[in-house]
Amino acid sequence: MRAVITVIGKDVVGILAKVSTACAECNVNVMEVTQSVLQDMFAMIMMSDVSDCNIPFSEFSDKMKKLGEDMGLSIHVMHEDIFNSMHRI
Amino acid sequence: MLNVGDILETINMIEHEHLDIRTVTMGISLLDCIDSDIDAACRKVYDKITRYAKDLVPVCEGIEKELGIPIINKRISVTPIAMLASACQTSNIVKFAHTLEKAAREVGVNFIGGYSALVQKGFASGDYALIESIPQALAETEHVCSSVNIGSTKAGLNMDAVAKMGKVIKQAAQLTADNNCIGAAKLVVFCNAPEDNPFMAGAFHGVGEPDCVINVGVSGPGVVRAALAKSEGLDISGVADLVKRTAFKITRMGQLVAQLASKRLYVPFGIVDLSLAPTPAIGDSVAHILEEMGLESCGACGTTACLALLNDAVKKGGVMASSHVGGLSGAFIPVSEDAGMIDAAKSGCLTIEKLEAMTAVCSVGLDMIVIPGDTPDAVISGIIADEAAIGMVNFKTTAVRLIPAIGKTVGDELNFGGLLGAGPVMRVNTASPEKFISRGGRLPAPMQSLKN
Repeated sequence: MRAVITVIGKDVVGILAKVSTACAECNVNVMEVTQSVLQDMFAMIMMSDVSDCNIPFSEFSDKMKKLGEDMGLSIHVMHEDIFNSMHRI
Repeated sequence: MLNVGDILETINMIEHEHLDIRTVTMGISLLDCIDSDIDAACRKVYDKITRYAKDLVPVCEGIEKELGIPIINKRISVTPIAMLASACQTSNIVKFAHTLEKAAREVGVNFIGGYSALVQKGFASGDYALIESIPQALAETEHVCSSVNIGSTKAGLNMDAVAKMGKVIKQAAQLTADNNCIGAAKLVVFCNAPEDNPFMAGAFHGVGEPDCVINVGVSGPGVVRAALAKSEGLDISGVADLVKRTAFKITRMGQLVAQLASKRLYVPFGIVDLSLAPTPAIGDSVAHILEEMGLESCGACGTTACLALLNDAVKKGGVMASSHVGGLSGAFIPVSEDAGMIDAAKSGCLTIEKLEAMTAVCSVGLDMIVIPGDTPDAVISGIIADEAAIGMVNFKTTAVRLIPAIGKTVGDELNFGGLLGAGPVMRVNTASPEKFISRGGRLPAPMQSLKN
């Protein structure tokens, strides 16, 4: 299953490193990364493959959320289907 | 790769604009639980509900986590209990309510609906006893919801039931007077009740439904309001178009959740109810959408027209997003559950008469309206009759959920908390319809019923 990881917040050093390290620890493969700056806000979107994740998906999602809180960022991990169904016909 | 703007839009809708799935409701048929011994029937009801719905809450919580979208309520609707009561040789029907309550607690759902009777053309055996027991049932349970269908376009209005329900609503409030009259907030009187509605208090599992089914109700007034707020200078066609596009997106969410829940629970998918259901939270109000369209306050002249546009555009946008649309589908206008409606009612801009006009074009009816506790029973029945007549003639569902605030009067307030919110006591025209209501009998079905 593919999940979309979004990281939104104020730009600081090492965001990509920390988030991708956390993914690697859980055996989550990052397939594609896009990042942009919107009104001083940093927004990064990572398409990832969580099928071989070594912890349950809900735990992974909580772990990333916690990481975001520690860094003062908002991190969401959501199944790609939610975006596909909302924005594709 | 998905579009960055689209992804951020979805996240913003969920984080800041209160987009959520209001309810995943499992409909369960209890027709195979009928037994002449009420204790045996209750045992079968409890066993069937707890067996079928045991995974409902955990599965929904899993979907919530995976998709990142909140599912606010998990609910159950069952076959109208009056049908089970008709077989029982006892007057102590309220046992069924206690059984439903126990089953709801066991599986952890937020509400269970179906303590209901369908009496649009007359009372069958069991119907009257069930209606009589409603106030007690709602006072002694927390999760059980009740509804009574007193009319339809095909059958006309059962005026005996209309008269009876005025009294029942008052009693339901009286028996729970020490708890904000909450009993009346769990009771709704319908005309043209839908059989697959996932929303409470009016959900029940119709007799034409399969053994078990999953129905999903979406929400999202905040998303529509925010979309309108971002789009200055649109003409009214543009407004309608924007509402359609937003409703499409909201409904797609509902469709996705419904499909997932249906697959994981091994239960067929029924319908998505594409309603705009407000909550008392700031920014999740249907009244604020109408105000965003250009009204100073909800209730101002022009409100009915704005609501007609909204209700229609929501359906047009939503209908393509789901394979099966049903339930109530449209815009809800519950007063106590909507911050904008509460403000408009407090300021006196929104009156019951205006709300009645609005119900001709919205998806349901007079909903969550607090009235003075000394309102005569016949006046409550008169309100039900008026509202049911609108539904009957216009081939639409209408409903009445009034809460007589016992011991309170205009200017006071009732606070239910949670999704039910808080509402000011609204003024009611108390000129007496007593003689009309006490005539009883059946109000004939209109010409519109002769479509065959």
